[in-house]
Amino acid sequence: MATIVVEVMLKPEILDPQGQAVAAALPRLGFTFAKAVRQGKRFEIEVEGTPTAAQLADIEKAAETLLSNPVIETYLVKVEA
Amino acid sequence: MALDTVANAAAHPEVVQPWRELGLKEDEYARINEILGRRPTASELAMYSVMWSEHCSYKSSKVHLKQFGEKAPHSDALLVGIGENAGVVDIGQGYAVTFKIESHNHPSFVEPYQGAATGVGGIVRDILTMGARPIAVMDPLRFGPADAPDTHRVLPGIVAGVGGYGNCLGLPNIGGEVVFDATYAGNPLVNALCVGVMRHEDIKLATAHGTGNLVVLFGAKTGGDGIGGVSVLASETFASGKAAKRPSVQVGDPFAEKVLIECSLEIFAEDLVVGIQDLGGAGLSCATSELASAGSGGMSIQLEKVPLRDPSLSPEEILMSESQERMCAIIEPAKLARFMQICKKWDVTATVIGEVTEGTRLEITFNGELIVDVPPRTVAHDGPVYNRPIAKPAYLDSLTPTSLPAVDSADAIKSELLKLISSPNIADKSWVTDQYDRYVQGNSVLAQPEDSGMVRIDEKTNLGVAISTDANARWSYLDPYNGAKLALLESCRNIATTGAKPLAVTNCLNFGSPEDPGVMWQFAETVRGLADICLEMGLPVTGGNVSFYNQTGSVAILPTPVIGVLGVIQDVTTRTKMGIPAAGLQIFQLGNTADNFSGSEWAHLYGQMGDHAPTPDIAAEVRLINLLLEAQPLFESAHDLSDGGLAAALTEATLRNGVGATISLPGEYIPGGVAAALFSETPGRVLITVDPKNHEALATLATKYEVPMHELGITGGDSLVINEAVIPLTELRTAHTETLPRLFG
Repeated sequence: MATIVVEVMLKPEILDPQGQAVAAALPRLGFTFAKAVRQGKRFEIEVEGTPTAAQLADIEKAAETLLSNPVIETYLVKVEA
Repeated sequence: MALDTVANAAAHPEVVQPWRELGLKEDEYARINEILGRRPTASELAMYSVMWSEHCSYKSSKVHLKQFGEKAPHSDALLVGIGENAGVVDIGQGYAVTFKIESHNHPSFVEPYQGAATGVGGIVRDILTMGARPIAVMDPLRFGPADAPDTHRVLPGIVAGVGGYGNCLGLPNIGGEVVFDATYAGNPLVNALCVGVMRHEDIKLATAHGTGNLVVLFGAKTGGDGIGGVSVLASETFASGKAAKRPSVQVGDPFAEKVLIECSLEIFAEDLVVGIQDLGGAGLSCATSELASAGSGGMSIQLEKVPLRDPSLSPEEILMSESQERMCAIIEPAKLARFMQICKKWDVTATVIGEVTEGTRLEITFNGELIVDVPPRTVAHDGPVYNRPIAKPAYLDSLTPTSLPAVDSADAIKSELLKLISSPNIADKSWVTDQYDRYVQGNSVLAQPEDSGMVRIDEKTNLGVAISTDANARWSYLDPYNGAKLALLESCRNIATTGAKPLAVTNCLNFGSPEDPGVMWQFAETVRGLADICLEMGLPVTGGNVSFYNQTGSVAILPTPVIGVLGVIQDVTTRTKMGIPAAGLQIFQLGNTADNFSGSEWAHLYGQMGDHAPTPDIAAEVRLINLLLEAQPLFESAHDLSDGGLAAALTEATLRNGVGATISLPGEYIPGGVAAALFSETPGRVLITVDPKNHEALATLATKYEVPMHELGITGGDSLVINEAVIPLTELRTAHTETLPRLFG
């Protein structure tokens, strides 16, 4: 069984209010390391066996149409064992 | 890339500039060269291109819109007129109200959620900028056919965006419209209205006076959002479809806006600003040039001081960025410390980016290098003006009258009525409006589906305002001059039906391409009709918005002038609701019915447009409004007859409280018979219920105002009975309420 991971991030030039809120909260809690924070989301999709090329193509399609909003977001598909 | 400075522009006139890509025409570019006496720098070109776009300069509409000034009725209520961020009217007791409606159509097509959300954010800032506290929003929305795939792409996002942003701000959404028509496929209309309230003495204007005063940018940091959004998104059709260097999507942050509202109101309360302007379309280009040209003219800006979210932005991009939740204020140096203190309290970034100067030039430097040196008026107000060709469209000569079935049996009454009230345009819109918070702040008196939205302004005196937005685009298609008049009259009637007195008008004119002479004719006729009716009704236009280029290929949307009317009610506890409250009441129709099927929803069901719009009878409408206002204490309920005619009004009035009605339609005296009585959309009619003991008093008033009054029947029971047709309310409710959840749920 393999896990296909889709990571979705707002494009770098798009405003990320959630990331900003985290960045503002960190120093309040004493964490002073962060220069900037961007927040995204991660999907873990389990498939039987090793994913086939056709399955990966399908996942790409799903990532583009459902899991991400390509107008303002980018996605990355990875396979984890 | 080396910085394109003013000196560089003067020394290198031969540089080829991308004026065409920025949406400028050849003669416009030549005119900029003439104004400056040299070629513009890259930054100047960015500013001119964005400020001279259709969206910002109103270059195609200006020649027509000036009628609103020429035909303006005298009004003591108007405190601030067209030209400022929003008009302001006096509603008595020392209160002033400001309201305005704007479009965010193209951005909502590209990214429905964020487009609609930032549309709400933008109009709220316009209202805030006048010194007012925003108190309510409304959103007239128009979509392609309810079963079209693109409608399913855009509608859920747009509705969620309107709700998401407005709900986060804590602003009640008290009404609007949801309309479906094939011409809006690929061109949804997202219009957003906001109303705000202030004391007379708190009115703020967008002006930069006083040499040495500081220019302060406050609110969110500037990023790459919506660069070129104004010139590219709002002024060119999507066919051009070039990949933009930066995304044209602005992302809203409603929490940042909420903080900005509270911060600004505290700053206003201490009278710390000379002038103020929000940053919307065209961002800093617009704010600096408009503030400067409304003042003495001189301003210097150090652009590198603008706080950036994305440090890679070039000066041109900083000038054009449409990052949301930003404001620009002019402040006396002595008041800066207190201003900064308040911003710090609210955790709002505020930065001095320049000052008002003695001269008449807007000078912008970047790290000490002069990159913009322009007369601000030429950017903000002296843009190109086009008197575009106008031609009556050919379609008007090939219109055909409606040909609709007779409704002559109980079965036909029932089946036609159920078909109509379950059609997407007439069906219950709760699926949409339930996503909006309509009670937050605790001052909402009436909200959708009532005839108008109403909010209380003063808790002690119960003074309130009512607002309604209306458009019948099919009538405007058939007859744009009368269509605009009818929309305004309907809006006034909706206001008066709830018990408020119409006071002022705003508008959002949505049209196809102004380069199409037919569209331009529709626009010119609409503006002429609107200006005439405002003069005839004595209602001032406080401002508005024009949205052109709403078309896909060569197909323009129906001409859609959305009219918003604001009214005043002295005591909101006396308002009239639309729902029948109890059994045993007499039902009357005020006003006469004729066979006005052209442009009606019933004809639309049969795919017919018809051939003419009704001719408005203004004198009769005024008499009806006066009757509604004087007879208000006698009404148990009142509901305007408009889309879907009497059939829709009876459905809504009975279902509201689950009280049935028994109606006997005379039919014979109405041209068109029972079909017309039920489905005709003759303007100037209201459905009312009265206690039998008040019948005589009402009849006396109706005679006084010469308003025809027809007894239709009596309330009660758990069915809507029309002649021999019996429709149980449960069946009626299912038909009326299940359509939208079925389509979009």
